[in-house]
Amino acid sequence: MNTVVCIKQVPDTETKVKVHPQRPALDPEGVKWVISPYDELAIEAALRMKEKMGGTVTVVSMGPQRVEETLRTALAMGADSAVHIKEDLDVDAITVARILAKAIQGLPRDLVLVGKQAIDDDSGQVGPALGEFLGVPSVGIATKLEVAADKKSAKVSRQIEGAEENLEIPLPAVLSVQKGLNGIHEPRYPTLPNIMKAKSKPLKAQALKDLGLKPEETAPRTQVAEMALPPPRKAGKLIEYETPQEAAQKLLTLLREEAKLLQI
Amino acid sequence: MIDFRLTPEQEELVNLARKFAQNEMRPKAAQYDREEKFPRDLLEKAHGLGLLNLRIPPDYGGLGLGCFDECLVVEEFGAACAGMTTTFMSTSLALRPILVGGSEEQKRRWLPGFVERPLIAAFALTEPDSGSDAAGLGCTLRREGDDYLINGTKRFCTNGSQADLITLFATLDRTKRDKAICAIVVEKKKTKGLAVAKDEDKMGIRCSATSELVFEDARVPAANLLGREGEGFKNAMKTLDNTRPWIAAMGVGVTRAAIDHSLDYAMQRRQFGRPLIDFQATQFKLAQMAMEMEAARMMTWKSAWMIDHDLRASKESSIAKAFASDTAMRATTEAVQIHGGYGYIKEYPVEKLMRDAKILQIYEGANEIQRMVIARELMRSRGG
Repeated sequence: MNTVVCIKQVPDTETKVKVHPQRPALDPEGVKWVISPYDELAIEAALRMKEKMGGTVTVVSMGPQRVEETLRTALAMGADSAVHIKEDLDVDAITVARILAKAIQGLPRDLVLVGKQAIDDDSGQVGPALGEFLGVPSVGIATKLEVAADKKSAKVSRQIEGAEENLEIPLPAVLSVQKGLNGIHEPRYPTLPNIMKAKSKPLKAQALKDLGLKPEETAPRTQVAEMALPPPRKAGKLIEYETPQEAAQKLLTLLREEAKLLQI
Repeated sequence: MIDFRLTPEQEELVNLARKFAQNEMRPKAAQYDREEKFPRDLLEKAHGLGLLNLRIPPDYGGLGLGCFDECLVVEEFGAACAGMTTTFMSTSLALRPILVGGSEEQKRRWLPGFVERPLIAAFALTEPDSGSDAAGLGCTLRREGDDYLINGTKRFCTNGSQADLITLFATLDRTKRDKAICAIVVEKKKTKGLAVAKDEDKMGIRCSATSELVFEDARVPAANLLGREGEGFKNAMKTLDNTRPWIAAMGVGVTRAAIDHSLDYAMQRRQFGRPLIDFQATQFKLAQMAMEMEAARMMTWKSAWMIDHDLRASKESSIAKAFASDTAMRATTEAVQIHGGYGYIKEYPVEKLMRDAKILQIYEGANEIQRMVIARELMRSRGG
């Protein structure tokens, strides 16, 4: 079972994010970078399949030099090799998927896994778009995966509104991983011996031109016009009252006239 | 020439240790302390991640990391729970005499098991009547055929009741003090005449096992002797020279936890209409804690670095141990003060930090002994 996992480096959830002073983008100053949690679960799922069925796990990511650390972490978790598309581009999810598809094409793969969404922009589009560009089926938000012994097909479940959909798909395919896929809620820690071994595992750096992509193919299709932090929450209003009836009356008036939550 | 940056591998090592310490150890610290629960589950998990016994050389299946690397890990552990850290690290301490004085055959016999399985070892030196005066041991060993017979009592032996293997120090003749002391490996399961008398009920590091061991004609093969007869004291001193920096690193970790909790609390607790952190009295306390922690860490790093470069580090490792543990005691006391009444109750984590910090000034050579070592080294520099 050869699996390719696409991962994204994102700010740690505990980072206090700031908007860049000059551009409508995240200010990378002081940010601690981690693998997006759903992508980590995708790595875990791939590693468990490898442990069960043999084969390889290849991780792929795009971004500046610092992304290499993220890939090394994935190698330390147990991935066999890594591909680093070393480009610092602010592009949309579709373009990212187009670039990833090119990088993946030559790799051994029965299956491509991605996290269901990255926790920075939460777009959730890379998985489905990757399926399109690779010309293979894709299943989003998968909660169960069972690969047939001949690795030609898989049974997959996915969450839909109020129900679960069970599918059977031919492989290769693209799957986006939901938390809890095959009971996986936590990724493994990379062990220390594996961290040491990760140093000598193959990590290939590639540029867009190595992938045979023309600049017009990677031109962004969307543009971020503005980025702002949510407005700070306003302080609550304290109702002063003498009797409970008066308090209730004042609350009702506020809900009706200020909050406009009541029509009565 | 001087470079304070960690290597990428060391960064990864710290990341892993921090993740483990904060996600696995810290959430259980209060409960294990309250219940005096031995952290075997966490020890097994830490072992599975390769975070224990880091210094076993590759020839015996280990990673062969240095004292410095070990200190990096211990600071992270120490910031989560000093009791668990003491438990984990005591095996490393107990294996050191084998590395210091063991033959090739002995190393091959005992060390690989500790890499493969989460085995536990204990270092047994202290006795009821011999603490800081380590040369005054009363536990005896006597040759009988191919064996030694051991008689006596060992006290305050960390991991004693839980250990698979004990590195024991005993004397052939008490009157000859350090000249007659031997180091010998006792495999607990194979040894009749060895009993665990009790585990102590302690003020701090309560999840760690601190045991009293009683030897009554306990028979141990002569092949288990480390080095020659009479070389045990030297071995113990070499071992302790080598392991002192990680006690210092634990002090740095405990101090860090004290600062973290105090900073969180001071920023959120309001008195007189302002957060505590707005008061200079609080700011100065935190600044002092931060200054001392930084100094303690630098001392720890320097002494560990010297050990890794085979430089004589008796003075430096004593300086680091005494200063970092005194720092931890001061910082945790201030942390309780910053927390006020809340600092004194068990619902908040700083009272445990304060109880835990105290032992760092006492064990692995009381700080008074460290100061004697430092003074002795000073005198030596003048030919004294």
